[in-house]
Amino acid sequence: MMLNGKVCLITGSTRGIGWATAELFAQHGATVVLNSRASDLLEQRRQSIQERFGTAVIALAADAGDPAAVQACHMEIFKQYKRLDVLVNNAGIMQDALLGMITGELIHSITQTNIVGSILHLQAAARLMTRAKSGSIINLTSIVGRVGKEGQTVYASSKAAVIGMTRAAAKELAPKGIRVNAVAPGMINTDMTLQLPEERYREALASVKMGRIGEPIDVARAILFLASDMSSYITGQVLGVDGGMLI
Amino acid sequence: MQNSLDKLKSAFREALPLPDDANYDQVVYGQTNGWDSIAHMTLIAAIETQFDVMLTTDELIALSSFSKAQELLQQHGVTFE
Repeated sequence: MMLNGKVCLITGSTRGIGWATAELFAQHGATVVLNSRASDLLEQRRQSIQERFGTAVIALAADAGDPAAVQACHMEIFKQYKRLDVLVNNAGIMQDALLGMITGELIHSITQTNIVGSILHLQAAARLMTRAKSGSIINLTSIVGRVGKEGQTVYASSKAAVIGMTRAAAKELAPKGIRVNAVAPGMINTDMTLQLPEERYREALASVKMGRIGEPIDVARAILFLASDMSSYITGQVLGVDGGMLI
Repeated sequence: MQNSLDKLKSAFREALPLPDDANYDQVVYGQTNGWDSIAHMTLIAAIETQFDVMLTTDELIALSSFSKAQELLQQHGVTFE
């Protein structure tokens, strides 16, 4: 039980890495706050966690890129629990486009969710955590934010921004007892990866030294470590979860 | 039991290096010794804890003096006699 009684908000938690993290956190005794854009799936996920793990769980619909919705989300957490111990800044979108095909709309939508949304959640979470003078924030970046990838100039830029955001916030929040780290998944078996054309999928898989695609639970375990007191002296770091793609 | 004014003064004293005889009417962001952007976040946390409220980002930025803090808290249902 690594998160017993801790209030944990996981953004983008109905699918993929976010959902795996929510399940793992619930298994470790966390009070789970699920979040995604409004959908029937969000409520289904809430019921699923409650029935299987018996832990406290609420579902708050909020678009990460909407400042008012993010504010309302944290206000609700304050009303219900008066505190927040862990934020997993996971909500994100990925859309490929070669340089010549990048539209303003594409730049705006990816930037708004992946950068602005992450900063808004980080800002609000830090305020709740400052009261307790403790907390852990985990931002989801990506291997492409570190090394880039053709066709992902906008997405890679947004994920590189998450790394800068993590390090800046870690410096600012360390004196307040709040840790900020990032997790950089490599090739993970999620809806996002399934968008890849078959040839690109094979090429990417060939670069994984461990010879297999990662599963959401592989990333969730790294997030759990950074969320828990097991990493109590770690802040400002980017933890790659990529099966050796970068070695 | 502390009244609201005392609680607010207490929050300010917790976050800022104010003298015992501070004139709170003249406590202003950027002018009062020690009230910089870092202390501001500590002050916000102290106020929110004292009054069990959560201020919006706009309110946080608008909170630029002791009197402004009173005004904003009144909007959250806090009364100052």
